[in-house]
Amino acid sequence: MKEIKLKTPLTKDAVTDLKAGDEIYLSGIIFTARDAAHKKIADLIKKGRHVPLNLKDACVYYTGPTPAISRRPIGSCGPTTSSRMDPFTPALLRLGLRGMIGKGDRSDEVRSAIKKHHAVYFLATGGIGALLSTYVKSARPVLFKDLGPEAVYKLEVKDFPLIVGIDSKGRNVYDKTRWKKG
Amino acid sequence: MREIRFDTIKDAVRELCLKANFEMRSDILKALRTSLRKETNDRAKRILKSIIENARIAKKKRLAICQDTGMVIVFLEIGQDVSFVGGSLKKAVDDGVREAYHKGCLRKSVVEDALLRNNTATNTPAVIYTDIVEGGRVNLEVSPKGFGSESKSAVKMLRPTASMEEIKGFILDIVKFAGPDACPPFILGVGIGGTFDTVTHLAKRALFRSIEQRNPKRHMANLERELFKEINTLGLGPMGLGGRTTVLGVNILDAPTHIAGLPVAVNISCHATRSASKII
Repeated sequence: MKEIKLKTPLTKDAVTDLKAGDEIYLSGIIFTARDAAHKKIADLIKKGRHVPLNLKDACVYYTGPTPAISRRPIGSCGPTTSSRMDPFTPALLRLGLRGMIGKGDRSDEVRSAIKKHHAVYFLATGGIGALLSTYVKSARPVLFKDLGPEAVYKLEVKDFPLIVGIDSKGRNVYDKTRWKKG
Repeated sequence: MREIRFDTIKDAVRELCLKANFEMRSDILKALRTSLRKETNDRAKRILKSIIENARIAKKKRLAICQDTGMVIVFLEIGQDVSFVGGSLKKAVDDGVREAYHKGCLRKSVVEDALLRNNTATNTPAVIYTDIVEGGRVNLEVSPKGFGSESKSAVKMLRPTASMEEIKGFILDIVKFAGPDACPPFILGVGIGGTFDTVTHLAKRALFRSIEQRNPKRHMANLERELFKEINTLGLGPMGLGGRTTVLGVNILDAPTHIAGLPVAVNISCHATRSASKII
């Protein structure tokens, strides 16, 4: 099993050799976004309005953290179910989004869009948000601050542990497991 | 009449919410350790280790085990000789939840209206179930239920003549449908019997029971064991990435039902199934 260190921004070159199943340690800047933020961004795109977040070579993390306790940058922050973001994902990929972090499988449409835009989908382990928070060095809300836990936060992470779920060739880690989409 | 004060309920609900969110249930932690010993898949082992390590960090640092600190389900078994004084029982429960989620830095995940989606910012209201029992005590059980797994739960009204294979088939299909999304290894709460509404209640209630305890009826206990075995041969594994650890426990609760029906409900719950209880 290959273990790879990866840094943001996620350029095309940076992700091209990643294979579904690889274990990755990601460092750099990532942006949190879950259901409400995705809906808002998709609405802006649909209306032809400016999206106040530079998605070019960026990485979004599907999470809604708990509030930070004193002297820690962030609270518990594990991944939420990615498939809920599927309807909005192709539009974000068209804006240059390169990486996504979540849990669970994606739709066939998202998988094709990942391949088309040479992007990558990472899995983080669900339900271990306390442990994952120890890899986050700083956090600050940058967009849709009124959404509370659903706001977009800019996170600085160091060696955040991930598994490549869908690589830029469209290969899916679940293809090799015994679980099949119903 | 034994009087129980508003503040006693409120404080107990607050403490149980905090305990449940920070401290992994001992029965689940024990099952994770047993599974780790039996697991043969390397990636599955690494994931199980990280879940156990997460529990250690959460308890030590008073951090939520999972950022989905859930919608709070409260079961109150109220002795008929008890009288509540000093304010409404519902308000006492909600005030306890509100204080816990504020002071404990827990995520507020409840929206006031399912269509308008406006967050109440307090994680209230809680879902409250009450039952009247004999005696002068109150058994209070609190469970913050995450929705990654809740959203994969299901109910089916089977024919009364359904075979054991059909019943098991339905339950296995729900587990397969939940797949990697709902954070396996799961705890399964299964309701069998009752009516359309009560069977889902049984499934939820079953999640509160220790996974080390079996249903008191022998045939139901056998069904629990068979399901446990069969689900763990599906190969789904921790986070759906393979392995023999797909469920940590299968708990069935059953109830009498009608001659024309056989309701079955499956409440999927993740490895971060949380609950805590107290007798007042």
